Amino acid sequence: MKETPLSNCERRFLLRAIEEKKRLDGRQTYDYRNIKISFGTDYGCCTVELGKTRVLGQVSCELVSPKLNRATEGILFFNLELSQMAAPAFEPGRQSDLLVKLNRLLERCLRNSKCIDTESLCVVAGEKVWQIRVDLHLLNHDGNIIDAASIAAIVALCHFRRPDVSVQGDEVTLYTLEERDPVPLSIHHMPICVSFAFFQQGTYLLVDPNEREERVMDGLLVIAMNKHREICTIQSSGGIMLLKDQVLRCSKIAGVKVAEITELIQKALANDQKVRKEGGKFGFAESIANQRITAFRMEKAPIDTSDVEEKAEEIISEAEPPSEVVSKPVLWTPGTAQIGEGIENSWGDLEDSEKEDEDEGGSDEAIILDSIKMDTGEVSNIGSQDAPIVLSDSEEEEMIILEPDKNPKKIRTQTISATQVKAPSKKPVKKRKKKRAAN
Amino acid sequence: MEGVMQTETKIRAESGIESGPRGPGCSLRNFACEQNLLSRPDGSASFLQGDTSVLAGVYGPAEVKVSKEIFNKATLEVNLRPKIGLPGVAEKSRERLIRNTCEAVVLGALHPRTSITVVLQVVSDAGSLLACCLNAACMALVDAGVPMRALFCGVTCALDSDGTLLLDPTAKQEKEARAVLTFALDSVERKLLMSTTKGLYSDAELQQCLAAAQAASQHVFRFYRESLQRRYSKS
Repeated sequence: MKETPLSNCERRFLLRAIEEKKRLDGRQTYDYRNIKISFGTDYGCCTVELGKTRVLGQVSCELVSPKLNRATEGILFFNLELSQMAAPAFEPGRQSDLLVKLNRLLERCLRNSKCIDTESLCVVAGEKVWQIRVDLHLLNHDGNIIDAASIAAIVALCHFRRPDVSVQGDEVTLYTLEERDPVPLSIHHMPICVSFAFFQQGTYLLVDPNEREERVMDGLLVIAMNKHREICTIQSSGGIMLLKDQVLRCSKIAGVKVAEITELIQKALANDQKVRKEGGKFGFAESIANQRITAFRMEKAPIDTSDVEEKAEEIISEAEPPSEVVSKPVLWTPGTAQIGEGIENSWGDLEDSEKEDEDEGGSDEAIILDSIKMDTGEVSNIGSQDAPIVLSDSEEEEMIILEPDKNPKKIRTQTISATQVKAPSKKPVKKRKKKRAAN
Repeated sequence: MEGVMQTETKIRAESGIESGPRGPGCSLRNFACEQNLLSRPDGSASFLQGDTSVLAGVYGPAEVKVSKEIFNKATLEVNLRPKIGLPGVAEKSRERLIRNTCEAVVLGALHPRTSITVVLQVVSDAGSLLACCLNAACMALVDAGVPMRALFCGVTCALDSDGTLLLDPTAKQEKEARAVLTFALDSVERKLLMSTTKGLYSDAELQQCLAAAQAASQHVFRFYRESLQRRYSKS
């Protein structure tokens, strides 16, 4: 679907508001929207809501052979998907530019910063390593996808537990989840992206732009940082020219924001761990806000299935028994067999077929299943028997209106077997035609 | 009531999955539904059955590509995304089943040459996934205001090796079952809209499962009705 274009007056309104230091949702220039993190029942599953932008993240692992030039390191794989429900413009085949840009930025932020210890993912050097796969799905696009995605990725990685493995000499034992508790990944630090949107050639700056603001911005600066104030990735796009002190100012703001967000993440992770340990309820079912009028719950409902058997017997006894399928295959040559009668060739003389088309026009709709046998002799009889009802003084003599129920009796020459085996009967017809072409 | 809640939580802690003491009589797991939770799609719904959760978003009636337009009715598209990995053949086949169900129910003739797109995202899979997808799709279509001739619901039955019927099976029960049958039923006369089955079963068992699914669908429709009544209670 095409994206709704932004009207000029909306664009002007947004830019004027930004010039007066006002944002549509009432935030200050450096304010982030509310971040909400919720976890699912499996380890490594989380949903992050940054305002209305929603990202679902899931981490999974698999034992594979390592890359040839990195025999002792595990493999990390990131995949961000812009789901079609996030915005009408995100069609499955049509989002390459933005998708590539976001995926690349996410990879640089998480893989190149070495936040995950890949050496610890090695099981048997050169043979078996863990491949950690992070799948992120954007569910709703209200601006600033990269921030939400980076938070979801790092939260899912911190939340994830992989199965425990022990190596004793040559023997490798992979414990299932029931045998031994799964083990968390070893994460050195948590890089988080912070986005800055620039307007009017770098004069005005906003942190965490929402979708409208993103549409009118001139350029975007993304800084990925961790709480130790180390810059993991920095990217400026949109072709705006920034001064050195602007970039330094942004990095200072990013430092503050990342510290706040990291604290929030750690609180959420600790909370979830506590709930799981105490045996409380966890998962997405618990994070549905009950007070909302749009949410509703029902407890377990027992179903009375005592009369099910009687009902079933009733239905079976009243039903007609299945009809006997007559199928006597005839073997012509090895590899060529025929079931039923094929339909007659309908590629007769073209002149006759035109008349036939007009005549058959009405009957085609009436008979859906029966194959129509084009017997030229029979049709010409029909033509003369039915008195043509000419409705207008049209010069087209072929306009004949027939009574539809006369034709079916004449044309229905096929027996029931043809209707049941209609599909296979087409094959021998095709083969016959091919033979003719060969000849 | 509280005692029941506590036993539920204990079992959850052990296995993490709500397998529960569902005993000889069948029962459906806890249902939960939230509508209108996404701001971009025209309609959205999140449907939870126990631990299985599916999020559905609906866009429509909207613009359709000329190559896909149908002159006298709306083009319905269904897109199912798995949580891990790229969509494969299993997703394609489920999409087709859901699309056939929706096409039977949606009044496409009221919106010719438009497209109605249903996008489903699997949030967690703990058994009865197709039924949960159908339920989420229905609630999302209602939220979007797409005209339909009836509501529909999905119910999954499993037959285990000694012929016991289980409704709304968990992933473990589905794996150990001899046959798993999923039905889509409509709300007006609880007639069958779609059925897909896997495994061995006799025709008597099929009719029994269908009758049980019809009994279960009554509860699902009651859940829909109460959920929508709550939503429109303040207007």
